[in-house]
Amino acid sequence: MSTVSIASVERPPEPPRGWSKARIGGHILLVFWALLGLGLVWFLVTSWNPELVQKYAPGYWSGILVTLKLVAISVVVGALLSIPLAYMRMSKNAVLSGFAYAYVYFFRGTPLLAQTFLIYYGLGSFRPQLEMVGLWSFFREAFSCAVFAFALNTAAYQAEILRGAIESVPRGQWEGAASLGLHKLQTLRKIILPQALIVALRPYGNEVILMIKGSAIVAIITVYDLMGITRLTYSRTFDFQAYIWAAVFYLIMVEILRHAIEWIEERITRHLRR
Amino acid sequence: MQSVWTLLSWGPDGWSDDIAYGVLITVLLAIATLPVGLAIGFLIALAKQSKEPSLRLAGNVYTTIFRGLPELLTLFLVFFGAQIALQKIVQLFNPTGTVEVNAFVSGMIALGVVFSSYASEVFLSAFRAIPHGQYEGGYAVGLNKGQTMRLVVLPQLIRIALPGLANLWLILLKDTALVSAVGLTDILRQAGVAARVTKHAFLFFGYAALIYLVLAIISSFGINAIERAVGRREASR
Repeated sequence: MSTVSIASVERPPEPPRGWSKARIGGHILLVFWALLGLGLVWFLVTSWNPELVQKYAPGYWSGILVTLKLVAISVVVGALLSIPLAYMRMSKNAVLSGFAYAYVYFFRGTPLLAQTFLIYYGLGSFRPQLEMVGLWSFFREAFSCAVFAFALNTAAYQAEILRGAIESVPRGQWEGAASLGLHKLQTLRKIILPQALIVALRPYGNEVILMIKGSAIVAIITVYDLMGITRLTYSRTFDFQAYIWAAVFYLIMVEILRHAIEWIEERITRHLRR
Repeated sequence: MQSVWTLLSWGPDGWSDDIAYGVLITVLLAIATLPVGLAIGFLIALAKQSKEPSLRLAGNVYTTIFRGLPELLTLFLVFFGAQIALQKIVQLFNPTGTVEVNAFVSGMIALGVVFSSYASEVFLSAFRAIPHGQYEGGYAVGLNKGQTMRLVVLPQLIRIALPGLANLWLILLKDTALVSAVGLTDILRQAGVAARVTKHAFLFFGYAALIYLVLAIISSFGINAIERAVGRREASR
């Protein structure tokens, strides 16, 4: 009883929060967002058509699976490709580092869409040669072309992430490990990578998110991913909710991933917090 | 069989003049989008660094939505959504009227919205890098809020935000390729037409990719020049 009264005597009351311009503006914007959100929900509810849903919902589901499969395969293949690339980029050999630099520059400097077209349509020009090597059946499929293009693209970005992360570890760590008698591979595996991967986690997560978003372009080369299914549905029904649903699904995927990365980062940096 | 050089020449046999028109459209689109994206991005960043929670929330909703959506989907949402909305509005007055939405303008809006949501994050981190004393110093010499922002904070903000914005410009330049999907005759679309007509797909898409690369190289020269100019002002002070 007494403690409460002392506290309330000692601390002056909070100044009243007036309706400043910023506060009014903020509330207006929030009301705008709320109305927009409610409008969208209302639009989706009123245009809910069980027949359409039954017809196209399985398509959307398979589209989501195709998107996830495409991203998963190309990110993993890209990660494997990025290791030698990052090694070459950091090597002192001018030819190797020059090649890796050119590779990274090309794939980061040109649109993913152009790269995908170059591989899907462009490699068609070399059909006889590809048939001779037996690779034509691979490059005939839009999906495998997309995976190929995306893997090459993300390898360039991931090589830069890996290089940046490894170079962010101070040189003293290498020297300390060398003085303990660890050889280079051991040093890399036991000392450098555990520190580098903490730095790399967030960029890696961003790269995966960018790949999910970027994967929408495969719809243009006739892969039926989430975007492709959406385009198909819209061209058949002319119902705008096709696009709204796609937006909802993409947002859910990206937000889940973003929060998962934040959670992982929270976990693996526990030892750094004080 | 035409030779590669005839195909890439200027004039009636070659395609370079058509592709040059595409380059013009791409560059115009990127340049037209930049100020829109920068202005909206700056306003969003202002909202996100304000003390008012409702403003911050409103800004965060904007970034979450437009950073989470694929650029291509945003473009289609704008392109078809605007078409439907305008159609509805026009039909209120004229039941038989039809509206065609300009691909350039919808590309500009979609890319501008995406650019602004990324730019707002760049501006926000730049805002956080400016010490609070700078504002207080501004108020202490009798500047009002707007003047402090314009004369004290903004010059420092631009210097800090420049590398991040330069990066976004390069991303914007590459994202313009998406507008070829809604029918705008940019580099990629013209290259695609050339590829279909001549059946030299690898040549023309490779040519298009190299043009994007050249645009990126030119941009990075420009960015370096701007950075040097801004840095010099810093040094001479």
